[in-house]
Amino acid sequence: MSKAPVNKNGKLSSPELWVAEHGNYLFRFAMLKLRDEQMAEDAVQETLLAALQAQRNFSGDSSEKTWLVGILKHKIVDLIRKKVREPTLVNVDEPMEFSEDETTQAMFDESGHWITPSQDWGNPDKVLDQKRFWEILTECLKRLPPQLALLYSLREISGMNTEDICKDLNISSTNSWVMLHRARMGLKQCFEIHWLGEKAGAR
Amino acid sequence: MLTCKDASQLMSQSIDRRLGLIERVSLKFHLLICNSCNVVDKQLEFLHKMCKRIAKQPADIDSTEIGLTNEARERILKELHRKQDGKHTSGN
Repeated sequence: MSKAPVNKNGKLSSPELWVAEHGNYLFRFAMLKLRDEQMAEDAVQETLLAALQAQRNFSGDSSEKTWLVGILKHKIVDLIRKKVREPTLVNVDEPMEFSEDETTQAMFDESGHWITPSQDWGNPDKVLDQKRFWEILTECLKRLPPQLALLYSLREISGMNTEDICKDLNISSTNSWVMLHRARMGLKQCFEIHWLGEKAGAR
Repeated sequence: MLTCKDASQLMSQSIDRRLGLIERVSLKFHLLICNSCNVVDKQLEFLHKMCKRIAKQPADIDSTEIGLTNEARERILKELHRKQDGKHTSGN
């Protein structure tokens, strides 16, 4: 078995060590943004392959983990871009158009008022169990149409601004606002059941 | 007069862009008189803030139990070795 070439600083470990030491961390980081195991595994693989190629550029200024996460971030955005453009998800010739769907419509009566009253989810600064929040968010995002989930993820979890996202995905800003509104309303409904259900149970 | 539906759109958009003056004023006015929308506005802020926190503190994910499966590990290692060997055979 061949050994990974070590750079002149001698700071880089072999791919075996990368996978063993950072594999899980990179995977979780990718899952956080992609919420799809297959895609997250691909992201880790792409990252380590790119790292192998770029080993000589590793300056040794940052920790190996930080360096790998830096590469991973780019790979995640690449994968999301690719996924959003997938023909199974969206016809590339057709602009990605989203109008108000039935779910959002069903939340309002004919006069545009909320049908069911919403409930207080508490103060975000006081939420201690972020892990649970993330689990519920992951579940709820899975229930949205994939493009909406990915767009939401780019916007809110990767923190890209809408202008860049629109340029990237070739959608109009108006369309992105409609889609994000739809995603948020879908998440609101899902959280209403899961987040609050648990809080009420804990009382 | 905004309906709650219109208001929910503006509430969502206010996260993504700066609303125009008229939009801001009409939304403010609606929120002043509509308790339901006030709650929804807080919910949207809740989601936005929590996502921001999570995006900022990926260290938190250390505590979760999920990780790469053994199959994924093996597959990734195989790919890495293939790439390394490719390099070696090409005299690199």
